Amino acid sequence: MNKAIQTIDLVREFRVRAGKGRENRAIRALDGVNLEVEQGELFGLLGPNGAGKTTLIKILVTLLYPTSGQAFVDGLDVTRDVLPIRQRINMVSGGEYSGYGILTVKETLWMFSQFYGIPYRVAFERINELLEVVGLKSEANTRVSRLSTGMRQKMNFCRGFVTGPKILFLDEPTLGLDVEAARDIRAYIKTWMEKHRDRTILLTTHYMAEADELCDRVAIIDHGKILACDTPQALKKKVSGGSILEMSLSGLDELSWLKGKPGVKGLTSSSSIEKNRTTLKLVLESEEFVPEVIRELNQREIPILSVQSVEPTLEDVFLTLVGRGLSDENSTTP
Amino acid sequence: MRIPPPLELFIRSIIGRAYPRVIGANRELSWLIPETVLPLLGLAAYVYVYRAMKAPTEFVGYVVLGGAMTAYWLNILWSMASQFYWEKETANLQLYIMAPVSPMAILLGMGIGGLVASTIRAGAVIIVGSLLFGVTYQVSSLGLVLLVFFLSMVALYGMGMLLASLFLLSGREAYNLSNALQEPVYLFSGFYFPVKSLGFWAAAVASIIPLTLGLDAMRQLMFPGDPTLGFLSPWVECGILLLLCPIFIYLSKVALKKMERAARIKGTLSLRWQ
Repeated sequence: MNKAIQTIDLVREFRVRAGKGRENRAIRALDGVNLEVEQGELFGLLGPNGAGKTTLIKILVTLLYPTSGQAFVDGLDVTRDVLPIRQRINMVSGGEYSGYGILTVKETLWMFSQFYGIPYRVAFERINELLEVVGLKSEANTRVSRLSTGMRQKMNFCRGFVTGPKILFLDEPTLGLDVEAARDIRAYIKTWMEKHRDRTILLTTHYMAEADELCDRVAIIDHGKILACDTPQALKKKVSGGSILEMSLSGLDELSWLKGKPGVKGLTSSSSIEKNRTTLKLVLESEEFVPEVIRELNQREIPILSVQSVEPTLEDVFLTLVGRGLSDENSTTP
Repeated sequence: MRIPPPLELFIRSIIGRAYPRVIGANRELSWLIPETVLPLLGLAAYVYVYRAMKAPTEFVGYVVLGGAMTAYWLNILWSMASQFYWEKETANLQLYIMAPVSPMAILLGMGIGGLVASTIRAGAVIIVGSLLFGVTYQVSSLGLVLLVFFLSMVALYGMGMLLASLFLLSGREAYNLSNALQEPVYLFSGFYFPVKSLGFWAAAVASIIPLTLGLDAMRQLMFPGDPTLGFLSPWVECGILLLLCPIFIYLSKVALKKMERAARIKGTLSLRWQ
């Protein structure tokens, strides 16, 4: 059986105009990506903003040519077999504003279903079912221009599923959603995969807990390179040999100096100005280095309020592989 | 996912894309003021100039007809040529391109939807303008008028599809290109005067825009007062329009294919943040 997705040494560069008198430069968004996704898998692609996740998806959905290397979707070449690939796929991107404000939710979904030739009756049956599942039934006849961001995102989510794709690309589908809406969407993804075991989803996210909850396997990507690829359990096992500490520190000290210390594999910190507190997460090579870290903090007169050893998460896997947190901006799952 | 036969998919896609345009014309009636009253104000200026000059009465009819036809030209520029830029901004373009249907179906849907919406606007301008300025029509051959109108629209929207394809690679400059084309075409297509006044060669070059010949032929057929005001005979103009139709449609198909390929290489089918 064909792999649902396969990439071989995939490279994509973008030319960037440097301005007058300066030479144009090339940004390498993907740098030799090798990936295999089996049919029926819910595969996660994790990485911070700018890691190359969206570029990879755009190549796979035939919106972008690779600079070099090869990519296959359902065994078909993305550069040559464009139409057969398009017949098998769909894509939903987080935060997109597709559709037209003048149409209602139902009309918008129907319009997009027509580009896949879905008969009217089938389209409306699916639309009603999807709107029910994501809790948007009461807004079916509301104009898109009057929807909130979350509702609009849910509508776009339905757009991806209404065509019944064999392989679905979800690019940050819960981006910007509130907790409840994101939970509804994750629940639907799980149910859909259970109901359609022959279908495949490639999900990109920078929410680690989301990937942990949903994915059969995940690949971690950073600066256009795949750093690791395995099941979430296996990836976490890889870092469980070391020690992961979560420390609460008084004050708002800058802690990047810890990075170069012996035994420190990675660290991430977040500060709360109101509480005048810093939470530090450290991935150490082993427990032997704990006293050393505490001694360093004491020497710098940084008061330690609490220390606890925690179980590894995918965030820690990323921390170990990359040496920094996935996104110190916003890694909290909605 | 079962994909229907190509022709069925093509037709469904045309209907799907035309739908928002047709619905939009009826659902938001706020267009009535800017798109009928403002063109009427514009054409009123020409009517009063012609009246002050004691020009033949059919000139008022020429102006009303020309003023109504501007709806189509504006539709071509702003809702066809530069439309892909707006579609890119809202991430619709990538969804259209990614769909398993020829982008020609999307363009045709845009065109047909735009044609319906523009016809409502043009109709409103003709009715109100004719009543306001007392225009009388002497249609010599209704069949030929309808044929000329039909061919003009096919050729014009074919041209719109070509422009949309050519503008596929552009970003914000699409807005400026449309702006740059708007007023010169009002002049060279003779929207408010007989195009023959430009001289033979200027009118001949302007005939590349289907509205030039279409408008001239319709004026001759609806206001047969002074036959010397016509550029070419309506039948000849009809024949040229018939030639322009397949040329524009073929060129738009070729351009769309080439531009899509170029856009996939350059990565301009979507914006960077999408």
